[in-house]
Amino acid sequence: MNEALTELGEHIAAALPQEVTGFEVAFGELTVLTRPEFVLRVLAFLRDDSDCRFKLLMDVCGVDYPERAQRFDVVYNLLSLSLNQRVRVKLRTDEETPVPSAVGLFKSAGWFEREAWDMYGIMFSDHPDLRRILSDYGFEGHPLRKDFPLTGRVEVRYDDEEKRIVYEPVRLTQEFRRFDFLSPWEGARAVPSGDEKGEAGDDQESRS
Amino acid sequence: MAEVEIKNFNVNLGPQHPAAHGVLRLVLELDGEVVERADPHIGLLHRGTEKLIEHKTYLQSLPYFDRLDYTSPMAQGHAFCLAAEKLLGLEVPPRGKYLRVLFAEITRLMNHILNVTTQGNDVGAVTPVLWGFEERERLMTFYEHASGARMHAAYFRIGGVHRDITPKLRDEIYAFCERFPGVLDDIEGLLTENRIFKQRNVDIGVVTAEEAFERGFSGVMLRGSGVPWDLRKAQPYEIYDKLDFDIPVGKHGDCYDRYLCRMEEMHQSIRMMKQCLDEMPEGPVLAEDPKVVPPRRAEMKGSMESLINHFKLYTEGVRIPAGETYTAIETPKGEFAVYLVSDGTNRPYRCKIRSPAFNHLQSIEHLVRGHMLADVVAVIGTLDVVFGEVDR
Repeated sequence: MNEALTELGEHIAAALPQEVTGFEVAFGELTVLTRPEFVLRVLAFLRDDSDCRFKLLMDVCGVDYPERAQRFDVVYNLLSLSLNQRVRVKLRTDEETPVPSAVGLFKSAGWFEREAWDMYGIMFSDHPDLRRILSDYGFEGHPLRKDFPLTGRVEVRYDDEEKRIVYEPVRLTQEFRRFDFLSPWEGARAVPSGDEKGEAGDDQESRS
Repeated sequence: MAEVEIKNFNVNLGPQHPAAHGVLRLVLELDGEVVERADPHIGLLHRGTEKLIEHKTYLQSLPYFDRLDYTSPMAQGHAFCLAAEKLLGLEVPPRGKYLRVLFAEITRLMNHILNVTTQGNDVGAVTPVLWGFEERERLMTFYEHASGARMHAAYFRIGGVHRDITPKLRDEIYAFCERFPGVLDDIEGLLTENRIFKQRNVDIGVVTAEEAFERGFSGVMLRGSGVPWDLRKAQPYEIYDKLDFDIPVGKHGDCYDRYLCRMEEMHQSIRMMKQCLDEMPEGPVLAEDPKVVPPRRAEMKGSMESLINHFKLYTEGVRIPAGETYTAIETPKGEFAVYLVSDGTNRPYRCKIRSPAFNHLQSIEHLVRGHMLADVVAVIGTLDVVFGEVDR
């Protein structure tokens, strides 16, 4: 299984030396790395090449790493029925750089890209209909970003006097508490002695 | 007579409409009774499951999956467990695997009963719903016997299933498997050759295989178009490679063929359930790995170490090694997948839920354009959308 995937990865990397920046096989899954400007070429190759034929785009999603300069990963998961294999295409982008939309190649990309735009604010250029999809009409912000609070920013209620739904800033009777249960004794991470718990806590904060 | 310009008519179907199968707001542009444009507005049931999961431990995340597609609760938790087990490199004991498959197929029956009978209801047949739901309630009783909850069972856990089933439940499920095909035949007798049902479904919402590929269809939406693709056969997980079952495939890719596929899949599920019950080995149902699986209740009563271990696993939770996986399974609605990114802590860094109905629903405009308004209802039924899963 892994050998076949490595072979496939080498085949893809050899055919697109400029576009593919690397590939890796982990947990029996192949990941191909590329850059935003080349993603359409990579996807088109994966779809049309006779040794690949990844005809189904199953999923597109974003992942947020706020500490990085290019904070977003955009992840495409493709499936080939003839090879019975999956491949994952990954690229990095930031809040400003748009990623070319894959709708022209795979119709299924439409809503997945809309979702990534709604949830992360990742821009897709040439998308025919890049509206918000899951969040409320008139929603502000991108909820799945790591710096968006879990409790949100506004809450809604029906106002009996105004006879309509009103939006108000979230008011919590108690702050949302995030307990750090992570044991400081596991997972070797070099920290100065006497400051294990503090370091682990800080690390948690920056990730959340 | 002067020429009159006729404007197209806009109709809001839903969000509160019995045929919308939940909270679908479908904006339709009609030319007379013919649909010109369909724009689904979704998200009315968006609960931020993915965001919540990022703030919970792995065990706390599990129950959210039952609440995604509430018509087939156990199936989605299955994908999450498999993804976590893949990253952990954890092997589920054989009896646990058989129990998972047994309940995955019970779940498939629950889902297909609901879908087929409500589709009948949507196009005018009331009786199948009543007959089907009686059986569906029995299946939920099996859920309750096994896990304690009728719907949101949280029965599949990382490492296996929560508890073993009793011999009494085993006999009851077997008796159900013996009797249920008769009920299915009754329902088929009402629907399959029914003139009205055929008029409403044959040649409605046709998808060719090529279209299904470029739209990323899976499950019955793909098989109804003549593509023999089922993850249980193609990329078998658990013990599906040991079971003997067939994959029904449609010919025309219309609503009627998909209905037939679902009916046949129910017969195949019964076949698999019987095989599971016959071949199920004795043994533990949960993996024995104290780092992941909490100790059994009985042990905790007498052993201090077990008590500490239990406390640790229910507060700190399981640490999953860093890595990422896209793990897909064949749920009743199609390919349900979890893209799980772990950073080595006790909480998922990212858990993208790829639900089949979300993807199928985006093609609704393609399916209904040019059809009559009444056919929209049949197409929504055949897409098998449930909004817990579409909106997440």
